[in-house]
Amino acid sequence: MAKNVWVFCEQRDGEIQSVAFELLGASRELVEKTNEKVIAILLGNNIKEKASELIAYGADEVHVVDDERLATYVTEPYAQAVTHLAKQYEPSVILFGATSIGRDLAPRLSARLKTGLTADCTKLEMDEQGSLFMTRPAFGGNLFATIICPDSRPQMSTVRPGVMKKLEKDNSRKGEIVCDSITWEESKFAVKVVEEVKEIQCVENIEEAKILVSCGRGVKNIEPAFEVAGKLKGMVSASRSLVDAGVIGHCSQVGQTGKTVRPEAYLAFGISGAIQHLAGMEESEFIVAVNTDKNAPIFKVANLGIVADAGAVLKELQKIL
Amino acid sequence: MKIIVCIKQVPNTTEIKIDPVTNTLKRDGVPSIINPDDKTALEVALQLKEKHGATVTVLTMGPAQAEKALREALAMGADEAFLLTDRAFAGSDTLATSTIIAGAIKKLGADIVFCGRQAIDGDTAQVGPQIAEHLQIPQITYAAAVDYDSEREVLIVKRQFEDRYQTLEVSGQCLVTVLSTLCPPRYMNVWDIVDQDEKEIGIITFADLTLNREDIGLSGSPTKVKSTATKQFDKTIETLELDAESAAKTIVDALKTRHLI
Repeated sequence: MAKNVWVFCEQRDGEIQSVAFELLGASRELVEKTNEKVIAILLGNNIKEKASELIAYGADEVHVVDDERLATYVTEPYAQAVTHLAKQYEPSVILFGATSIGRDLAPRLSARLKTGLTADCTKLEMDEQGSLFMTRPAFGGNLFATIICPDSRPQMSTVRPGVMKKLEKDNSRKGEIVCDSITWEESKFAVKVVEEVKEIQCVENIEEAKILVSCGRGVKNIEPAFEVAGKLKGMVSASRSLVDAGVIGHCSQVGQTGKTVRPEAYLAFGISGAIQHLAGMEESEFIVAVNTDKNAPIFKVANLGIVADAGAVLKELQKIL
Repeated sequence: MKIIVCIKQVPNTTEIKIDPVTNTLKRDGVPSIINPDDKTALEVALQLKEKHGATVTVLTMGPAQAEKALREALAMGADEAFLLTDRAFAGSDTLATSTIIAGAIKKLGADIVFCGRQAIDGDTAQVGPQIAEHLQIPQITYAAAVDYDSEREVLIVKRQFEDRYQTLEVSGQCLVTVLSTLCPPRYMNVWDIVDQDEKEIGIITFADLTLNREDIGLSGSPTKVKSTATKQFDKTIETLELDAESAAKTIVDALKTRHLI
């Protein structure tokens, strides 16, 4: 019988991605009722030594496939490796980050394993029988649907980065590391990587900020925001309108087409709060909104709302901090 | 070269509003459009046709009114169009949908299949890769540029990731999913608008395909929608009207109270 919750732990250049730790944290909560194991799946080249990190973040067991064919992400070798493991060990659940890798790999696998897949989940729950309830936004975030996969296993889902909470890293946690080897069907490796080019990295990752000073259309000059963020030991993020206007890079965009963030404090300056923006930040611990329009939707999600000119308030903050 | 482009007719979700009284979606009167990523996929196919010679077939699954999307695709320059429509297809999730579309592609035959990366109503990005698996052909998703080397007969695709891109090459059959940012789609052409009127839209039903009834529709869908809800807000709201100076002080105090500074 299928059992245990698997997390496909995405790595890039040998660095495990934050979403993997988030999914391990979420999985620990999922198995509370079923007492199943949380199992991390780690694929890569010379990646074995990273396995203990996954245990520190909540995995009971790590299955590692260390192979040069997995050095960089390409669909078919990755799909073959996960298919091989899934057929051998029969997991009940496989979770993936909803990244450009997870959203390429997971649907390919769902068709190969003939099972269901739910995309871009923002909430996961499990009952005593191990049935997974997967909640996801649809229609541009206007609607939420809870999806189940009652008769097929594994139950598969991609989960938006930044939504689930990772556990505190605990190096004293114990777990087992298993190395698996795969029988490859290399004749199916039709896609060749000619080159791989890293693009201008985001200098800061807004998903990791404790405090975000976030600016929207109502902020005419963004410079004070950077100083305020610096003084608060936070970072600057923005709504789509400022990104489209070229004021700030896409790396800093919060919302449906940007990043999902959940900082300890989200300070929204001059952001009206379109539903697509709210989808990316409403899980923040403490939300402050400053906007001249007292009917702006952002006030519906704010813990502290202030009707005032965002630019002027930023300048005042610059003075007193 | 035979190219099939899979398109989907979608409601223009940017125009969907929530009824503030009933808290439900107001879908009435929302216009239907060709999904943006799919429209760019069609543009890419038409450019390959112009540069290297190809036939471009558009394929969609949906109700009879999805014909409008196919007519628009013909008016952009597609050579032929097929509508997959049957009661038996109703209730299909992404896996069942991909099974049906793959069944039609097998019947029509294709060297290259283009899809949009994802549709704006569902945002799943699943059907493309699932079709590729059913067809047992390689996939390249998140395409930011597509070119064809006719001497080597190789498709060259720039595959976008969040922090990098890869240049990938593939020879033989493959399926590519395209980002709408790749290039803007062309407008309908006056002559093609006139011509498309005379073109027949091919209808494909369950009976035309070699598929098992239990693999499609509700029975072929491993996922079920258990419940839906519109967005609810339950924050405690405190909204103050303040001048800039006291606003700044209030924010700093609130952050201090929470030990954030």
